[in-house]
Amino acid sequence: MKLPIYMDNHATTRMDPRVFDTMKPYFLEIYGNAASRNHSYGWEAEEAVEKSRKQIADLIGATPKEIVFTSGATESNNLALKGIAQMYAERGNHIITQVTEHKAVLDTCKRLEKEGVRVTYLPVRQDGLIDLDQLRDAITDKTILISIMYANNEIGVVQPVREIGKIAKEKGILFHTDAVQAVGKIPVNVVADGIDVLSLSAHKFYGPKGVAALYVRRRNPRVQITAQMDGGGHERGMRSGTLNVPSIVGLGAASEIAKNEMPEESKRLRFLRDKLKDRLFRDLDEVYINGSMEHRLPHNLNISFAYVEGESLLMGINDIAVSSGSACTSATLEPSYVLKALGAGDDLAHSSIRFGIGRFNTEEEVDYVGDKVVDVVAKLRELSPLYEMAKEGVDLSKVSWTAH
Amino acid sequence: MAYSDKVLDHYNHPRNVGSLDKSSPDVGTGMVGAPECGDVMKLQVKVNPETGVIEDAKFKTFGCGSAIASSSLATEWLKGKTVEQALEIKNTDIVNELSLPPVKIHCSVLAEDAIKAAIGDYKKKQTTRSSEAVAVN
Repeated sequence: MKLPIYMDNHATTRMDPRVFDTMKPYFLEIYGNAASRNHSYGWEAEEAVEKSRKQIADLIGATPKEIVFTSGATESNNLALKGIAQMYAERGNHIITQVTEHKAVLDTCKRLEKEGVRVTYLPVRQDGLIDLDQLRDAITDKTILISIMYANNEIGVVQPVREIGKIAKEKGILFHTDAVQAVGKIPVNVVADGIDVLSLSAHKFYGPKGVAALYVRRRNPRVQITAQMDGGGHERGMRSGTLNVPSIVGLGAASEIAKNEMPEESKRLRFLRDKLKDRLFRDLDEVYINGSMEHRLPHNLNISFAYVEGESLLMGINDIAVSSGSACTSATLEPSYVLKALGAGDDLAHSSIRFGIGRFNTEEEVDYVGDKVVDVVAKLRELSPLYEMAKEGVDLSKVSWTAH
Repeated sequence: MAYSDKVLDHYNHPRNVGSLDKSSPDVGTGMVGAPECGDVMKLQVKVNPETGVIEDAKFKTFGCGSAIASSSLATEWLKGKTVEQALEIKNTDIVNELSLPPVKIHCSVLAEDAIKAAIGDYKKKQTTRSSEAVAVN
């Protein structure tokens, strides 16, 4: 077993060697510009791009022409939200999203607000899911777009996307979903789910970084998006710029592998995730799962170890690569806004660890992680004045702390 | 974030972990910080009332590695010092000793606050005791 163990697969994934092999010829041999129409270099590149478009479309139940290539999911989300807000400005100026979205959606919405768009940020319940009645109530005759993520990047909860799609359709509102954490991991079907626009990213499912796609529906309804960059009019005018052929080939290959292996793989990952969860619950008291366990990605586990601070825990398990919602581990020195939105209290956010199990993790690694986390949490609780007080029966919520 | 060797050493081998009897008149207890801020330090000193020398010091800390190291170091420094000498320990001394980066300076501030709170608690107990002694007379 090689250390450190990588178990941060919501941040990014290792590229599948099969994907890498597929990409290789497109760097040194088939290096043409896919937009070059008059020689074989261009034709071969274009052929490769179209194959990838088909592979991605097959993974999400779309048609190839509905796939627009971008540089990353941040770009896809920006393009979707800004492009729709601009294109449909005459119809209305209201967007509905929710508080645990990725910053690429939230900060884009904030930008749009400065430009006069009205945005409703729905709260989430304690299980991390939005309330559909609140969604219905938020809709006005000015609402042009609902943007709700498919699955959350921190707590892995899966939103009721199909129901949201139905509501959007009933009201004639467009539905965008940031599906970065879901595509390639759980079945996503833009037709069955009623999705009009969808963001996905290659590096989240064993493809290369720096390439992503935006699905834009062409029928029922035909969605139009204002381009955010001016240039050669590539990608049906929605996204100019020479196509990144090797990476696009990689995204296609990753999509095909994901489609073929998903049933098997998600079963294996769920088994490993549950094994880790059961281990931690068996040997430790006062551990809490953040977010719904029922509506959750099979490979995600987000746990708070009460009375233990996240960064100190990461320090103790420094041969395991995972993330924490603790303030000390974030650039802003604020605890995770996603965990805060669940209303569980900042102290549990500080104590949280996110495990993202991936294709290349083994059962041996999961067992090692379980042992190590149990050991370090026990050690840090010996050090924790809060654990001592809790064991003495002190109600920590009633203590007057000296906040600083 | 990369930790200094000294922070790692204190984190891996924390000194003087534990608790003293907080009801003892010779023990001063300082508890600073808040769970929602991500760090709470409990620091205790046991003082010889005759000499004013700190004979024992213990800590427990909920917080990041730098917070643990700051309080562990503080207990090391406190032992053998008089109460007055202990009050001279500055957070910057801790920053320098542990090579704490700017984002971790608040950990050293918290440790200084914990020292002051523990000694303050001890002094308060001593004054109450002497006034009680007067009352008995």
